[in-house]
Amino acid sequence: MKCRTCRGPAIIDLPRHNANFCAEHFMQLCRRQTMKAIDDFDMMRPEDRILVAVSGGKDSLAIWDLLIDLGYKADGLYIGLGIGDYSQTSRRYAEDFAQARNLHLHVVSLPDDHGFDIPTAAKATGRVPCSACGMSKRHIFDQVARDEGYDVLVTGHNLDDEAAVLYGNVLRWDVEYLSRQLPVLPARNGFPKKVKPLIRMTEREMAAWCIIRGIDYIVEECPLAAGNRHLHYKDSLNTMEEHSPGSKASFYLGFLERMAPLLVSTAQAGIETLKVCDRCGAPTGATNDGSCAFCRLTERSAAHTPVPVEAFIKKPRKRQRDANASSIETVEQPS
Amino acid sequence: MRVILRNPHREIVIDGRRRVHALLAELSLSRESHLVIRNGTLVPGDAELHADDTIEIRPVISGGA
Repeated sequence: MKCRTCRGPAIIDLPRHNANFCAEHFMQLCRRQTMKAIDDFDMMRPEDRILVAVSGGKDSLAIWDLLIDLGYKADGLYIGLGIGDYSQTSRRYAEDFAQARNLHLHVVSLPDDHGFDIPTAAKATGRVPCSACGMSKRHIFDQVARDEGYDVLVTGHNLDDEAAVLYGNVLRWDVEYLSRQLPVLPARNGFPKKVKPLIRMTEREMAAWCIIRGIDYIVEECPLAAGNRHLHYKDSLNTMEEHSPGSKASFYLGFLERMAPLLVSTAQAGIETLKVCDRCGAPTGATNDGSCAFCRLTERSAAHTPVPVEAFIKKPRKRQRDANASSIETVEQPS
Repeated sequence: MRVILRNPHREIVIDGRRRVHALLAELSLSRESHLVIRNGTLVPGDAELHADDTIEIRPVISGGA
């Protein structure tokens, strides 16, 4: 395979672009696609103070690296979620990345700073772990961005993430969620502007960016996310993509171009009247007892007996157990 | 060739040569959700992998959103 641009040896094939690329011209493509997303949706300007939500995974480290590479000034925010060894390892990747590039990384720890972890929060509130995790992260992203005076909060959501969320919203015909599934959420009432510059890039492309750039990231999946619905949606979309390259981009980017404008009135009708949480001062749509959802979650979780990560890890099926037991298998050449 | 798989981490040994696409198909792994790495370098779908290569097949799908 030859690079479409220079005809040198290719290192990656991208069926959705019907093209192959060498490392240099693949990186050029990534920069161009990221800039296109930033420009098309007016995500940020070079003078903005930018905060990148960093998990230690490929997408968040890749977008932080891309933004610095493109000349933006961006700090990182890592949130320790108390998910056992997984959290310790992912924090190390985030810190190593920042240190090696002399970048500033804020670190907030749920156990140390708020007195609970995600397994305990999930059990205490009856939420699935991903729900407790997402809600906690959103609250802390907003809080740090507000307290530290950042203009824009960047997340590493990519094309696969957004296509999978869209797929789920369409399966349920959740019109309100559909109307809000946009790559930019403007700043309002104390919430920072939130942007997703990787919406034109796939997970495979972002993993390739990290490998080419020598970025170490946590490859292991979060033990609490295994088997979640979102992963099933991604599997389905990738099966379609293999048969019809470009399907995911067409599905999501077509939605943004042709469907989202029709849902503007629904999105505006869904804007909540916000109050201020009487405990932490964060803006909140909650009407319960005057406190925001995160403060209520913190209260219930901190009062709960600590729950180990293992309580949420599903036992592997017999076939997988057998495969794991034998660490080296031999597959013979097919005749 | 020695093939390292992740999530869960394991190794398999495969006799003979293979093209990258053929290896992924043989292992029932999606091309869209994996990258193949040889000696720290990405290899495209039509690259030929040799019997003495050590290959990492890296999954690229993550669950968060």
